[in-house]
Amino acid sequence: MDFRLPVGQWVEGFVEILTDTLQPVFDVLRAIFLGLYDVVNLVLVSPPFWIIILAFAVLGFFAKGWKLAVGIVVGFGLIVAVDQWDNAMDSLSLVLVASVIAVLVSVPLGILGASSGTASRILRPILDFLQTMPAFVYLIPALILFRVGVVPGIVATILFALAPGVRLTELGIRGVDKEVVEAGHAFGSSPFRILRQIQLPLAMPSIMAGVNQVIMLSLSMVVIAGMVGAGGLGGDVVASLNRIDIGLGFEAGLSVVILAIVLDRLTASLGTRTKRISKTDVPAIAADAASVSQKDEQATARAPQGAPA
Amino acid sequence: MPLLLRALGENVTNTVAVEVNNVYKVFGKRPRDVVKRLKAGATRNELSSQGTAAVIDASFEVRKGEIFVVMGLSGSGKSTLIRMLNGLLEPTSGSVAVYGSPVSGIPAKQLREVRRSKISMVFQHFALLPHRTVLDNAAYALEVQGVPVAERRERAQKVVSRVGLAGWENKLPGELSGGMQQRVGLARALAADTDVLLMDEAFSALDPLIRREMQEQLVDLQHELGKTIIFITHDLNEAMFLGDRIAVMRDGRVVQVGTPDEILTDPANDYVAQFVQDVDRARVLTAASVMEPARSVVSGSAGPRAALRSMRDLQTSAAFVVGNGRKLLGVVHDRDLLKHVKAGNPDLMAIVRNDPATVGPDQYLVDLFEPAAESQLPVAVVDDKGRLLGAIPRVTLLAALANVPTTTGENQVIETPATVAVEIITQTLRETAGLTDETEAPKVTTADEGSAAREGSLA
Ligand SMILES: Nc1ncnc2c1ncn2[C@@H]1O[C@H](COP(=O)(O)OP(=O)(O)OP(=O)(O)O)[C@@H](O)[C@H]1O
Ligand SMILES: [Mg+2]
Repeated sequence: MDFRLPVGQWVEGFVEILTDTLQPVFDVLRAIFLGLYDVVNLVLVSPPFWIIILAFAVLGFFAKGWKLAVGIVVGFGLIVAVDQWDNAMDSLSLVLVASVIAVLVSVPLGILGASSGTASRILRPILDFLQTMPAFVYLIPALILFRVGVVPGIVATILFALAPGVRLTELGIRGVDKEVVEAGHAFGSSPFRILRQIQLPLAMPSIMAGVNQVIMLSLSMVVIAGMVGAGGLGGDVVASLNRIDIGLGFEAGLSVVILAIVLDRLTASLGTRTKRISKTDVPAIAADAASVSQKDEQATARAPQGAPA
Repeated sequence: MPLLLRALGENVTNTVAVEVNNVYKVFGKRPRDVVKRLKAGATRNELSSQGTAAVIDASFEVRKGEIFVVMGLSGSGKSTLIRMLNGLLEPTSGSVAVYGSPVSGIPAKQLREVRRSKISMVFQHFALLPHRTVLDNAAYALEVQGVPVAERRERAQKVVSRVGLAGWENKLPGELSGGMQQRVGLARALAADTDVLLMDEAFSALDPLIRREMQEQLVDLQHELGKTIIFITHDLNEAMFLGDRIAVMRDGRVVQVGTPDEILTDPANDYVAQFVQDVDRARVLTAASVMEPARSVVSGSAGPRAALRSMRDLQTSAAFVVGNGRKLLGVVHDRDLLKHVKAGNPDLMAIVRNDPATVGPDQYLVDLFEPAAESQLPVAVVDDKGRLLGAIPRVTLLAALANVPTTTGENQVIETPATVAVEIITQTLRETAGLTDETEAPKVTTADEGSAAREGSLA
């Protein structure tokens, strides 16, 4: 039997229709993505490498302490030492642009999924599809729609990295203590206020884990993006593959690993950090600055008798 | 020990705060069909495959200033019921209104307005915002109401102090013990300044001592602020302690609504009776609910001879002496009376002792043990104007605690056995006939035939 479902042809036809009718839209998108990439890239590439390293080290210090700061200096120093710095910054630009957009898309989608069962049921198979479809496959239509260069890389990366952001946001919001949400309703809060003041803050650790995952997946796409001319570390990996150049391949690969570890450690601390921020922020808003210290004294003085429980 | 004295329902007014009419709530695929069939007489179990009938045909009114307790076993539908009162759940059928404003079947915006202005809630597991300080949690309802920052902080501060958390304002809930967290929950609801307060097992997550303390504080607060409180619990003692009225739920139905006394002494069915059998009755039953008509009573205006005669008839050694309007004047003892009559003294009041053990009608039985132990006579129950309402013999007290009926009928046991033989009294009366009062004032006693078992050999 030679019956065959022409799914491939359908998709081809679909992409053709897209190019025919929506090309102007894709051109605008391309311009936007390219513009974003160029801005980020300019910031990362134009200063001398040690300023960027220093900036990351400071970030690391505030995020996690001196250990991470030292780690960043050593790791990034290694990248410079193997002469992959410019490539690394190109890749980092791509990752940053792609993950920011992916987060901007996935968090609202996650909220939507959490707020409606129907939306969740529709989203789930789409996310499964996006996450499991081999990443290369996105490149082909992306190439046609956005032409060679960094943009198809960004688009393919966004599509591939979207899923964990949506899932973890939805999971986080659904996991917020039902009673606390109920309390919001019981005191007459609007759904938006409940989202803003209760669901999002309480789901933050999970959402941040999602952001972390989005960034990690973006990085893993770097190499694949290299195949469509996105350059960066991926470009060198692809080149070394073509030339069977073990040395170059290893150096570029090692730089990807270092970038990945640094980004992971920096973003992994985000989820836990948000808690600490709110803790220190609240007393600051609590009262006019003058009475704060005095209040604290009272607080400690009265604490024992105020604790009948 | 502290008096558990609480004038029952002294805050309760006649205004209806919450009105629940024929409310049903069914969870499941086709809730309306299930309600239709329930109305047609089907039982809950028959329909269990089509949906859970969590609340079935509930109707009651809660009055302003009342503590209305909903009690029942786990799964009886208490939480479902209370969640319909503020619209967290929509009734499948029936209506709910708070101060005349409907809560069911109204647009979301209007519902939010009702919640902001009329009804707030305290949750079993506190449901505080963990990322906000105690003060900001307490101010949450005001924030939602749109009260400006400075004012809401000030108002929240007051309530936080009122619940005993002054000094803890800037702590996060996670840094507080369970009892203190629930105080924050209470403060948040009180700060909202709504009249109606819903409390779903608000104290169940606390350990017993803290729980007792919170219950007492709640009663205090209720006295002070006159809130209308709807309180859910599966703890009978809690229900009895807090409730002005109690609704008992079983399998989704409200099987009885009544005062704690009514529930205890007159359970609507075996289920309620079984439910209440473990209660600490001494802390629930009041003097008024167990007292009996006082039998050995003589009138202060009657002469000693009349008094002596009625005491002989009752075979009792002592009797209450009442004045105008049954005002309790004191006690007379048969020996004193006998001497008095022999001496021909016409003034009964001269030998009346002013030492009867008295209690108020709202006092709990636990407060009666001491007076009952010290007194020869039954403990007298008098109202705030000093009028004799009834008496509680020791037998009655014990019977009430043991939950056995005290009516024995045929057995006319005397209250306190006479210390003077009947013949002597009779002879004395004969000897002194004509000397003193001959007017034979009718005795005031209202000895209902067979009203109660009397204290006999126990005394
Ligand atoms: N959202 C829901 N969906 C389906 N069934 C529910 C839902 N909420 C409650 N029920 C069912 O309704 C019945 C009553 O539940 P409810 O929570 O009102 O009981 P409760 O008296 O508060 O019990 P507890 O003392 O355990 O809190 C139970 O059989 C429960 O399984
Ligand atoms: Mg419950």
